[in-house]
Amino acid sequence: MQNSFPLWKNLFIVLVLGLGLLYALPNIYGDDPSVQISSTRSTQLNEDQRDLIEKTLSAQGITAKAIEFSGDRILVRLENLDDQIKAADYLKVALGRGFTTALNLAPATPAWLRAIAAEPMYLGLDLRGGVHFLLEVDMDAAVKQAEERYVGDIRGALRAEKIRYASIAKVNDFVQVKLKSEVDAANAKAVLGTEFRNLKLSDGKELFVIEARISIDEKTQIKKFALAQNMTTLRNRVNELGVAEPIIQQQGDARIVVQLPGVQDTTRAKEILGATASLEFRMVDVKHDVQLAAKGKQTIGSRLYHERNGQPILLKRQIIVTGDQIVDASSGLDQNNSAAVYITLDGIGAKKMGRTTRDNIGKPMAVVFIENKVETRIANGKKVRHKEKLEEVINVATIQGVFSKRFQITGLDSTTEARNLALLLRAGALAAPIEIVEERTVGPSLGQDNIDQGTLSVMVGFALVLVFMAFYYKVFGLVANVALAFNLIIIVALLSMIQATLTLPGIAGIVLTVGMAVDANVLIFERIREELRNGNSPQASIYAGYEKAFGTIFDANITTLLVALVLFGFGTGPIKGFAVTLSLGIMTSMFTAIMGTRMMINLIYGKQRVKRLSL
Amino acid sequence: MVMLKQNFDFINKRKIALIGSGLLLLISAASLIINGLKLGIDFTGGTLIEVGYSEIVELESIRSALETHEFGDATVQHFGTAKDVLIRFKPREGVNHSQASVQVLNAINSSSEQIADLRRVEFVGPQVGDELAEDGGLALLYSMFGILIYVAWRFEYKFALGSVAALIHDVVITLGFFSVLGLEFDLTVLAAILAVIGYSLNDTIVVYDRIRENFRNLRKGTPQMILNNSLNQTLSRTLMTSLTTILVLIALALLGGEIIHNFAIALLVGVLTGTYSSIFIASPVVLALGVRKEDLMLPEKEGLDIDTHP
Repeated sequence: MQNSFPLWKNLFIVLVLGLGLLYALPNIYGDDPSVQISSTRSTQLNEDQRDLIEKTLSAQGITAKAIEFSGDRILVRLENLDDQIKAADYLKVALGRGFTTALNLAPATPAWLRAIAAEPMYLGLDLRGGVHFLLEVDMDAAVKQAEERYVGDIRGALRAEKIRYASIAKVNDFVQVKLKSEVDAANAKAVLGTEFRNLKLSDGKELFVIEARISIDEKTQIKKFALAQNMTTLRNRVNELGVAEPIIQQQGDARIVVQLPGVQDTTRAKEILGATASLEFRMVDVKHDVQLAAKGKQTIGSRLYHERNGQPILLKRQIIVTGDQIVDASSGLDQNNSAAVYITLDGIGAKKMGRTTRDNIGKPMAVVFIENKVETRIANGKKVRHKEKLEEVINVATIQGVFSKRFQITGLDSTTEARNLALLLRAGALAAPIEIVEERTVGPSLGQDNIDQGTLSVMVGFALVLVFMAFYYKVFGLVANVALAFNLIIIVALLSMIQATLTLPGIAGIVLTVGMAVDANVLIFERIREELRNGNSPQASIYAGYEKAFGTIFDANITTLLVALVLFGFGTGPIKGFAVTLSLGIMTSMFTAIMGTRMMINLIYGKQRVKRLSL
Repeated sequence: MVMLKQNFDFINKRKIALIGSGLLLLISAASLIINGLKLGIDFTGGTLIEVGYSEIVELESIRSALETHEFGDATVQHFGTAKDVLIRFKPREGVNHSQASVQVLNAINSSSEQIADLRRVEFVGPQVGDELAEDGGLALLYSMFGILIYVAWRFEYKFALGSVAALIHDVVITLGFFSVLGLEFDLTVLAAILAVIGYSLNDTIVVYDRIRENFRNLRKGTPQMILNNSLNQTLSRTLMTSLTTILVLIALALLGGEIIHNFAIALLVGVLTGTYSSIFIASPVVLALGVRKEDLMLPEKEGLDIDTHP
């Protein structure tokens, strides 16, 4: 009797191992300290910036390893950490406000590997250091705000229709409208019914009282909108922080996960995330001379602002509408197919806007972006809290006609700019208050310690098992060891390919896999020994050992996989990492420990008349 | 060639094992009821701050610094080495939690010449803590049910009950171990408990598989004999696998760092009890439930037999 695999099977195994090696390879190259540059607003990165970067760096005597475009950002790879920090500082100044620069560790994967989409594993925050926030959006507040907006809107609608009311107020979970007569009540109901289709109207207990409730559907909408808007706001703010590869994700109905790899100054991160920003619409003062004002001349009734490109501009002191009154903003194309931003105001805002535009057709109006930032700075060796109000004119447009509730801003350069402006308008302020409900910060030193300790424990555990197996199962043990090594490589390759996040518990999962992966081989080898003891020939024993052990291995691993899946389903963050590596390890170990070892055993013993097995 | 030649009468020793297990379970349950588990902030909510110093640091100075800054309720302890300190406190009324960690760091830095290196901050809000605890409990329950169903389907309900009995045994004793020694129970330990379930089950299934095979192949023999044979036949495998797993777990516990130390400890205890329970709990339960040859015969196979033997 002979034991051998058909050629295709051997080739298949070799192919899998080869691919495993190839895709595990990127992990050995390490990182390049680099500076990542991305555009923040309507600006686009192009060759100009690249030239500027090259010039700035060479002027400072810093040599860049490479300057690469990757998607919508530029990556400047540098030789060492000192160069990285210096380059980041100089580039920040040189590029100006339209761009953010972030420190990053870019994988130094050779181009030929990147060409086949081979990338190193993605390290979790507990390994690379950084902050993880779980933020909860106060949905009750979001709904309450909407109800309060309706109070104003209803008041406006009734006034417009000249229906006299006694009072309009928010009571518990509805808006109570008290009227003075039955006729008024009927009229009011008709008006409200047509103007506010999202409100459910019902008669109150008292006479001439209407109760208006926000429908469940609209409440869901309000909550969705609040979450989406807060996420946009947070994303913008994270960009301000200059973080490379941030993660901002929705979790559940009311929560947002923000992960900022590499951020160590959590205080600053919290300040920025919690900052408040808003918008104002103001008329442009065209009567006074801007240039004189810029030189310091005071003007009555107006104030000096600056546009994004630094251009000074005079705006009237009186505010038309503030960002709080923007209900929605979206981008699109106008009748002439040029980019536009569509804005929806609430009742009060609409009314004010209507009045202003009626009186000012043909005159320019400006949109001012205001951000209140709180920063902790070091001054004279002491930490000083610095509050800054940043005001910037983001758009100036000529009023073409009377508009109120819904209107559009045109005169934008591109659809990208329109999209960004709409986003900015929506993201200007948080739609509802947010609270940090979970924070996990891992300092960079601990992250490195975790990597070192994790790697060390994998290595030592691995070595112990290797020695033990070789001692106990001789040649078969060595075969199992080779399979175990390939198992590790394939796990790393798979983790790299699917870009799963490797966490510390994930490493523990790999360690555990090392211990458990030999189980399949132990089962097979023990079975072969048993067959030999029963007086079977070596070849027959090998055959029977593998055949009989297979069912057992399969059953045993399926149940472990089941548990790993439950872990994945219920776990958060690091626990998920453990579940991922454990389940990957179970699957790859079945391949290497059964097929891989069988191939090697076949090659060693399969074709000859063997008297004794080294087992 | 190293060979374990054994014919140990496990089943006859089951009474001794039962007393031993019963005692351990009793101690575990009593401790869990009286002492409970020392739950980490993952489940209770609160703030944990780990700081590192370049020199050995006195805990007293940190404590007094915290007291003067109104963090007197914080627990302060060394973490791993005398240079690392862990500070923990409960969610506070009226204080913005996100600022609390900064306040603490400022407090301890203001009163010490050494500047603390902030290594880790974990803040878990009370609402999140409750959810994590609930999810953890659910995960345990669901995995148990999943296993019950799978084993009942692949084997038979008696085996399903036997394996789950062994799992409950392992989980309770591992939890008891943490309760008695007052080790902190956090999310990673919960993950370890779930992994223990997987591991212990793995062991049990291997034994069950052999029991099934022997029932089908052996014409004669009482269930007790068959069980005993099966346990002996799988014994060297059971011990070998446990040994390799324990080897790597020891490496993990000693070298993996403080954060996963308890995780490794939980797995170690779990693997030990899991190995024991697959021999002394899982199989005796099946026997006690009155397993018979007929329970495990394949209906299809019997049909085939009739066809091939006219």
